[in-house]
Parts: sequence; C-alpha cells; structure tokens
Amino acid sequence: MKVKQIAIISGKGGTGKTMLSASFAALAENKVLVDCDVDAANLYLLLRPSVVQKQEFKGGVKAWTDQSRCNRCGLCREACKFEAVLEDFSIDQTDCEGCGLCARVCPENAITMREIVSGEWFVSETRYGPFVHAKLGIAEGNSGKLVAVIRQAAREIAKERCKALIIIDGPPGIGCPVIASLSGADLAVVVTEPTLSGIHDMKRVMALACHFGIPTGIVINKHDLNKENTESIESFAREHGAEVIGRIPFSPEVSKAIVQGIPPVEFCRNGVRTEIISIWEKLQRR
Amino acid sequence: MIISVASGKGGTGKTTVAVNLALSVENAQLLDCDVEEPNAHIFLKPNFTKTVPVTVPIPAADEKKCTLCGICQTVCNFHAIAVIPKTDENPGRFLHFPELCHGCGACGLLCPEKAIAYEDREIGTVEAGDAQGISFIHGRLEVGEVMSPPLIKRVRSYADSKGIVIIDAPPGTSCPMIASTKGSDFCILVTEPTPFGLNDLTLAVEVVRKLGIPFGVIINRSDIGDGKVEAYCREQNIPVLLSIPFDRKIAELYSCGISFVQEMNSYTKKFSELFQMIREKIRA
Repeated sequence: MKVKQIAIISGKGGTGKTMLSASFAALAENKVLVDCDVDAANLYLLLRPSVVQKQEFKGGVKAWTDQSRCNRCGLCREACKFEAVLEDFSIDQTDCEGCGLCARVCPENAITMREIVSGEWFVSETRYGPFVHAKLGIAEGNSGKLVAVIRQAAREIAKERCKALIIIDGPPGIGCPVIASLSGADLAVVVTEPTLSGIHDMKRVMALACHFGIPTGIVINKHDLNKENTESIESFAREHGAEVIGRIPFSPEVSKAIVQGIPPVEFCRNGVRTEIISIWEKLQRR
Repeated sequence: MIISVASGKGGTGKTTVAVNLALSVENAQLLDCDVEEPNAHIFLKPNFTKTVPVTVPIPAADEKKCTLCGICQTVCNFHAIAVIPKTDENPGRFLHFPELCHGCGACGLLCPEKAIAYEDREIGTVEAGDAQGISFIHGRLEVGEVMSPPLIKRVRSYADSKGIVIIDAPPGTSCPMIASTKGSDFCILVTEPTPFGLNDLTLAVEVVRKLGIPFGVIINRSDIGDGKVEAYCREQNIPVLLSIPFDRKIAELYSCGISFVQEMNSYTKKFSELFQMIREKIRA
C-alpha cells in the first residue's frame, strides 16, 4: 500500500501551518504526524506527545584545533572559505561547515574533525496517533538533513503500522528544510493570509512546489481581514490552475485554542471549525 | 551600529518592527536578510538602482587533465562529487551535484592534477536602492535553491556599520538566522504571547546568548494570549522593549503593505524612543 504524504507549507511564517496541521491530526484517521519545522517546532504543543524513543542527530563534523600542535603557519585560515578559522587558529563552531579542508591542509595534523550531535529526534505517541518530531541543537545547522531523517522515520512507522497517510507540518521559507519537507510529497497544502506579504511569499512557495511537480491546494487563513487581497489570491489560483480549498475566518478563538494547547478544530465552536472540517473533506477527495 | 531583528517563530512581526524602526531614525540602512521570503520591500517600495547576481563557485573537471583518481570524491565531505572509474566498457566520469555543494574548495585545492576549475552558479540576486530616506538592500534566493547563507552573507557585506544598520532576519534559529544576526551589536527578538511564541522565543534567546549578542524583546499582539512570555522575560531578566497590543487597524495596514508609524502618530514616538533605548544599551 502506498502511503500518501501531505505537506503543509506557507512561505511566510505565522500564517497558520501548525494550527492547521494539528487540526488535520484530529480529523484524519490512520496516519503518522511529523513536525518538519525542526528549528522552531511547535506542533508538539498541540499534540502533547509522550516520548517513546529518543535519538541523537549526528549532523556532521566540525573542526577542532589542538593548540599544542599548531605551528601557526596559517594554511588553514587561507584555505577556509567560511572564515571559521579565528586569529588564534581556533575554530568558530558556528561558522564551521565541516568541510574538513583545514584538517587536510594542516602540515602538523593539528586539526581534527569531530562528529557533533546537532540535535535530537523523537518518536512519540499522541492521542492522535504516532508522531515524529525533533529539536535542532542551539545554533546548529543541517536542518534539512534532520528533516530527511525524521521523514524517513515517519515512513518506516507508516509501513510497520499500516498507516495510509503522513501529515507533514513544514517550516516557513523556500530553502533547504522546506525542500527536504516537500520532496516526494503527494500534495502540498499552502496556507496563506490576505496580506501583500502573505501573497508574495505564497507565490514563491507555489513556484517551489511546481518546480518539484507537487500539486497544491491553497488555504486562505483570516480571509476576512482584507477582501481585496483574498480576491487577488483567488484570481491568482484560477490563473495558475490551483484550487483555493478553504477560507478560514479571522477569530480570536484560534489564539485561545493555542493557549489551551488544543487543535483549533476541536476547541473552536465557530466558522473556524466548520471550515477546517470542510477543507479536510476536500483533501480526502483528492 | 548594527541592530538585528529576529524571532524564532515566523509571522510575529519582524519585518513590521524592522521597517518601522528604520523609518523612525534618520539615514538608516535596512538589510532584508530573509532572502527566502523577503517582504520589507513591500512596505518601503524602494527604487532599486542596482541588481547584482550572486553566485557560488561550483567545480568542473577538465577532462584532459582529470585522471579519475577519485581524490576529489574522497575529500568532499558533502558527497557532492562522484567519480565513476574507467573500465573497459565505461570511459569513466566526474559527476558533481550542485545542490549538495558548499563551495568549500577542497576538491580543487587537493586535486593532484589541478584539473578542477570553478564556475559561477547563480543562486540569487542582491538588489539595492533608496526608499523614503532609507538605504535599502535585500537578497532574493532563486526558487529551488537550497542554501541561503551565502546570499545572506552577501547582503550583510553591504552593511555600513559606521551608520545605523537594521537587519530584518529570517524566522527560525538555524543557519539563515545565525548568518543574519551574527556580529550585530544588538538583537531585537519579536514574539507573541502564545505558547508557540514563547517556545520559539526561548530557542532564539539561547541562540543570541550563545552568539554573545545583547538583546531585548518586543511583544507583538501583546493581548492575544497569556502572560507567560512576560513572566519568562521577568524571570530571565530580559528587557521588554515594547509591547504592541493587537489592533485591527495595524493588521489591515499591514495587509496593504503600509507601515503603521506613517499612519498612527502615537507609534512614531514609540519607535524613536525604542531606538534611543537600544542605543543606550549598546553604549552601556
């Protein structure tokens, strides 16, 4: 059985990806959830997981200088393209990308490459089903690689436990972790808002999904905040053969749901709830 | 003086704060380092006078010199090079995967035949211009490109730290956020009073502490959630520089790409006071 993967993305941050992902978690059956926003993960705050399994994420290597062996020749500083070798020939750990060139050019073998733990990831149980999530280490990079690791874990769980669906809560932006969250997905739900920034960023992330050949459905969150902009999103969708699959009204109830730690579709008793249910029904038909 | 505006969580109001702050001080320079999704230009409508393509070096092997020895593949820590050895059936080949390449230069430097030369691959553009008295620079990452830090660093290279530089950083707490905020004299962390805002604020606080940047917090839509962000800041001794209550008018102005200091006089004063406060903190 092929597992279907739906990624929730937005381009712009703060448009409602996580509240929608959590709401889908509450509505969908037989699924695995995965939070791919690994450097600012929030989905756990609504799904309240109990961690079953915890693993270190070894994101790569970083250089380290043994000062007692260093002869201060400067070859490492000359070779490093990332300006990570400091004046005293120690290595700036946030600038080091782990290419290892410094260690290779050092005539004294004073530089070693050390494997670093750049985060951790978890397999959890929630009342909505299994959930894979992660926490990138402070000031660590390689978020795309961590996304790939947890998506692989989610696919394995889906296979083992015969789950038909993986719901991916994606990060903002269009770069490395977004591409890692999108690759191989069957459908991208693009959450936007009727602001000029929201529209600008939606267009870029739609172009990204298109670049990878992934079909999209647009959700306009807080659609009633600016009617004109909502119309312009709708006409953009029409012109580009994309479908607007939902229009969620602005409501202070959504913030209240988040403060309570409950998916909005379960907490809200207004148009937010009915609209999210209708979006989910449309998604099931696709 | 470099003031960066970051947040952890997206959509909390980084661009709003950066743009309004830049409009409230004289002769500011604004660098929009959110190269994946740049938005500040929507509010400032700059007149771009300069567009510069930004490239990263990618290796190409000179077939005449390359012996397919495979050293380049061995030294590439990013698995961006594959060398297919020569056999009776196959002439062999040097393969390069640009999306994995970090441009470290190891392959070229360590090739025994000096067979590798670097070509430029465009990953985005930097645009510069003037907007309402602000010297404005931003970067736009090409759609489909993976690595934003080289472009962010290029945008940062335009900073004239003798003057007042305001940096609009991307969301998150990993490489792009670090490349944008590193080396700034002060960082404003913009958050909202919800569990999401608090969670991501605590992560961003850990990052700026690790980077050794003095910082303070702005609580946007300060009345939509609970009091836990304020309590956290009190507990951690983090100054709350400004609280901006939710106001439908601000949200509507934002939706149309209008900076609210230009429409709401009460905020013009608040943002110039904010700047004075930050300047004193930097001097102290």
